[in-house]
Amino acid sequence: MSITRPRSFQEIILRLQAYWAGKGCAVLQPYDMEVGAGTFHPATTLRSLGARPWAAAYVQPSRRPTDGRYGENPNRLQHYYQYQVIIKPSPPDLQDLYLGSLAAIGLDPSLHDIRFVEDDWESPTLGAWGLGWEVWCDGMEVSQFTYFQQVGGHDCKPVSGELTYGLERLAMYVLGIDHVMDMPFNDPQSPIPLVYGDIFRQTEEEYSRHNFDQADTDMLFQHFKDAEAECERILAADEMDKAGRRIVMAHPAYDQCIKASHLFNLLDARGVISVTERQAYIGRVRALARKCADAFVTTPTGQGA
Amino acid sequence: MPDLLIELFSEEIPARMQARAREDLRKLVTDGLVAAGLTYAGAAAFSTPRRLTLAIEGLTAESAPVREERKGPATTAPEAAIEGFLRSTGLTRDQLEVRDDKKGQVYFAVMTKSGRTAPAIVAEVLEATIRTFPWPKSMRWGAGQLRWVRPLHSILCILTTEAGAEVVPLDVDGIRAGNVTRGHRFLSKGDIAVSSFDDYVQKLKRAHVVLDSAEREAHIWADATNMAFAAGLEVVEDKGLLSEVAGLVEWPVVLMGRIGEDFLGLPPEVLQTSMREHQKFFSVRNPRTGRIEGFVTVANTETSDQGATILKGNQKVLAARLSDAKFFWENDLREAKAGMGKWLEGLTSVTFHNKLGSQADRIERIAALAREIAPLVGADPAAAEQAARLAKADLRSGMVGEFPELQGIMGRYYVHAALSANPPRPPSRGLDLAEGGPGSGPGRAVDAIANAARDHYAPLGPSDAVPSEPVSVAVALADKIDTLTGFWAIDEKPTGSKDPFALRRAALGVIRLVLGNGVRLEFAKILHESRDIAVQQEYEKSVERLTAQFVSDYSEATQTLAELMALQVGEVTHINQIWSEIEEAENRTQVSENQAHQIASAYAARAMQVGLHATWILRDDLLSFFHDRLKVFLKDQGIRHDVIDACLAMPGNDDLTLLVKRAEALAAFLKTDDGENLLQGFKRANNILTQAEAKDGVEYSYGADVKFAETDEERTLFAALDTAEAAIQPAMKAEDFGQAMSAMARLRAPIDAFFTAVQVNADNPVVRRNRLNLLSRIRTICLSVADLTKLEG
Repeated sequence: MSITRPRSFQEIILRLQAYWAGKGCAVLQPYDMEVGAGTFHPATTLRSLGARPWAAAYVQPSRRPTDGRYGENPNRLQHYYQYQVIIKPSPPDLQDLYLGSLAAIGLDPSLHDIRFVEDDWESPTLGAWGLGWEVWCDGMEVSQFTYFQQVGGHDCKPVSGELTYGLERLAMYVLGIDHVMDMPFNDPQSPIPLVYGDIFRQTEEEYSRHNFDQADTDMLFQHFKDAEAECERILAADEMDKAGRRIVMAHPAYDQCIKASHLFNLLDARGVISVTERQAYIGRVRALARKCADAFVTTPTGQGA
Repeated sequence: MPDLLIELFSEEIPARMQARAREDLRKLVTDGLVAAGLTYAGAAAFSTPRRLTLAIEGLTAESAPVREERKGPATTAPEAAIEGFLRSTGLTRDQLEVRDDKKGQVYFAVMTKSGRTAPAIVAEVLEATIRTFPWPKSMRWGAGQLRWVRPLHSILCILTTEAGAEVVPLDVDGIRAGNVTRGHRFLSKGDIAVSSFDDYVQKLKRAHVVLDSAEREAHIWADATNMAFAAGLEVVEDKGLLSEVAGLVEWPVVLMGRIGEDFLGLPPEVLQTSMREHQKFFSVRNPRTGRIEGFVTVANTETSDQGATILKGNQKVLAARLSDAKFFWENDLREAKAGMGKWLEGLTSVTFHNKLGSQADRIERIAALAREIAPLVGADPAAAEQAARLAKADLRSGMVGEFPELQGIMGRYYVHAALSANPPRPPSRGLDLAEGGPGSGPGRAVDAIANAARDHYAPLGPSDAVPSEPVSVAVALADKIDTLTGFWAIDEKPTGSKDPFALRRAALGVIRLVLGNGVRLEFAKILHESRDIAVQQEYEKSVERLTAQFVSDYSEATQTLAELMALQVGEVTHINQIWSEIEEAENRTQVSENQAHQIASAYAARAMQVGLHATWILRDDLLSFFHDRLKVFLKDQGIRHDVIDACLAMPGNDDLTLLVKRAEALAAFLKTDDGENLLQGFKRANNILTQAEAKDGVEYSYGADVKFAETDEERTLFAALDTAEAAIQPAMKAEDFGQAMSAMARLRAPIDAFFTAVQVNADNPVVRRNRLNLLSRIRTICLSVADLTKLEG
């Protein structure tokens, strides 16, 4: 197998998109809200429920306010990209499909040591868990591979297979880059070559300051309450609209759940949530996620009818 | 006799589950086969990351036929009963036998169940095994319902005889058993058909799979040690890691690399922990310097560049990890040298338990208690107190945040750095820090305090070493005792199998610390002390809290004051005085800081009285918990529980060292002939005496006089008791239980002789009373050594 090495961050993304499109996935666009991980995209959380077959792949910008390091740390960012693949039911050759995607971006298994190391996944905020592995390439974790067993408190039947690639880390390894900010974003031969730092160094600095020192915590607490209340209100609304159509608003409600989750992350980064309160907040977001899941499985898509 | 080969081929099985799974597979299948009537010569189970394999040798080809007889109704029974019997046996009437019975003629059904063939039984047993396999965690996949640890892809199940191999017909949720397997994920292609276990092992090896985990382990260890040796280095042994790594690879390829120069200054524990936990690397040590300088990683594949790319990648990942560790280490050291103030401050916001306050509160208590315990274990009180104050500071360090298992180990480094930068004040007394001797002086004091940070958690497990440095012993004891009295006070005691706060382990730790160091202390007093410290702390904290509350809320202050007046608490005049002060104040919306403080003190003092009162009950309850743990501990050392009970009944039983000394002497004594016989003599004397006392309603305890003795045996016993008493009393005083017991042993012959020759219940009441009083002397003397009435047998 001889595959040319990609030359930039975006080329790796493009190759993954082409690869998974070729394997029959719907290539979606990122969800237009702040999320902590690609799993939060309704294309994964909600669509992993119900019986309808599903196959999607997408890039998801992800935000983890506590991981901000002002752009100085070679590996840590408060804003980064995940590549997410979700297929339901999980096909029997999912491991092989996954290994094919690594080969597509230049990780040739005849030169590298690729291994599946036990790592069970759990998201306390989503009330979700699954079994699987972290995938190691030469000792580095390059992906998370999970067979979903439960989401939002519901058993996944059939089971979805989920792949999550941490794009920056994976790309740095493939491209042989030591500091994320030095990584070529577009082709280095381009008329205007751009590295990752050209695009994100300043924003990392700005968001780090904002997340750690400036975010208005009183306002965030209020927004958290608002999102929580709105989520519950939407779900409690009459299923029948004014024209007598049954429309359960699972997705709009879930947007509020996503919001609450991100607000919690911001408050956490500001250090204003104590250890004991932390569990309580996570429990509140989980309660919302469960209610959204409960609602979704009553919708046509969620039932798989 | 066929051989059976089973392979369950799946996606990667977690390494930590493989050993247990091998054993479960072997047991479930062989038990099932035997239960179904087959026998076998031998069975062995194997695992790789992708397969569980079972090979059974010499299986019987079929189960033996089973003959069954059932007694039916009498021939004269109603038709319905006979019909029912026919239905239940599936026979016709002419197939029944008629036999004579006591009550007449009776129908008998004789049925022969023919034996079943091995394939039929194997299929049934294997399917049941797969469906009920006890994985610690299992999952579903795709659209199926089957559960396995990870998706199960294929089942190989063949019976091999000289005539060839036969696939056992079996289908589990669409996975049909066959005779094929697969080789290494990357180094082999396609299906591999096999005909026997030997064929299977050989073909797998050609397909780059080493089936036996023991062989993989041996291979990894041999290659690793050879590579290290060639470079003048040595691999740090790590059995747990070796078995884990062997469970992650089918084709182990060992690679060795060097740790970057930048990181060699990190403490060896940090290098080892980071490499093991994050990368599953072995550490490689330079035997000349003792430093960790390299690593060994085990890949699962061979590559055209002999692993160069793999090694380079691993090295890069390691460098990133160690950069993090180095960042923590350097930051932490700066903080430590600055006195660790920020960490100690931070511990005030770390909750230990919501009813037992913060870690900082706990440290306060441990420090006060360690100070009290210090003189009893030969430690300097000031050093013990300081050690306790610093011992948990590392919980707030960056390194321990990243690697919690390094708690204490980092503490030692950081406390050392802190004290070297800020030397401790001179010890209050010169105990183990006396000037002039070798290894004395401030350096040694610093070491003792720093070591306590590392050692005060010990002993954790039953095989963990017990600290012996006095300062460490004092802090370790204080730490555990505070935990125990604390959880006892909030009624969170262990029950049955539930012990969420590991209190049994803490108690065992205390026992081992005390016994291991021969510490002499009145345990009841220490438990009391520990509670007093906690109650006092609670008092101070509530005064502070209430004062603030009363200052800010006038009505609460006056209401509390009114309550106190109604209860007539404390000096009523004093309370009245505060009341009138408040009444007189112009501004009746606020109490002064001083008034608030006085009300708070009076209120909290009441709560404190309640707390102190409860201490007595708590102390006795906890002491008996300790005694129970001690029994378990001594039982493991071969000392019977009744021997311990006999010693527990003696005064001073809260001195564990003394208690154990007595129990050991008694156990040894009872193993001798004299001991066993003396015990019988004692019991006989005690029985006669107890019966006589019950009958006569008096206690025979005094007044035996040799002048009423009628026989030589009596007179000899008098003399022997005098001698024994004279020997036992000083021996007991010197706590020389061996001596006391051998003096007691010398009573055996005179007691035996006495009982043989003398009738205690003589007709002459004077003689009888005198003899009973003589028996009472035996009882008194024996019971002064241990409560022999508690002994069985």
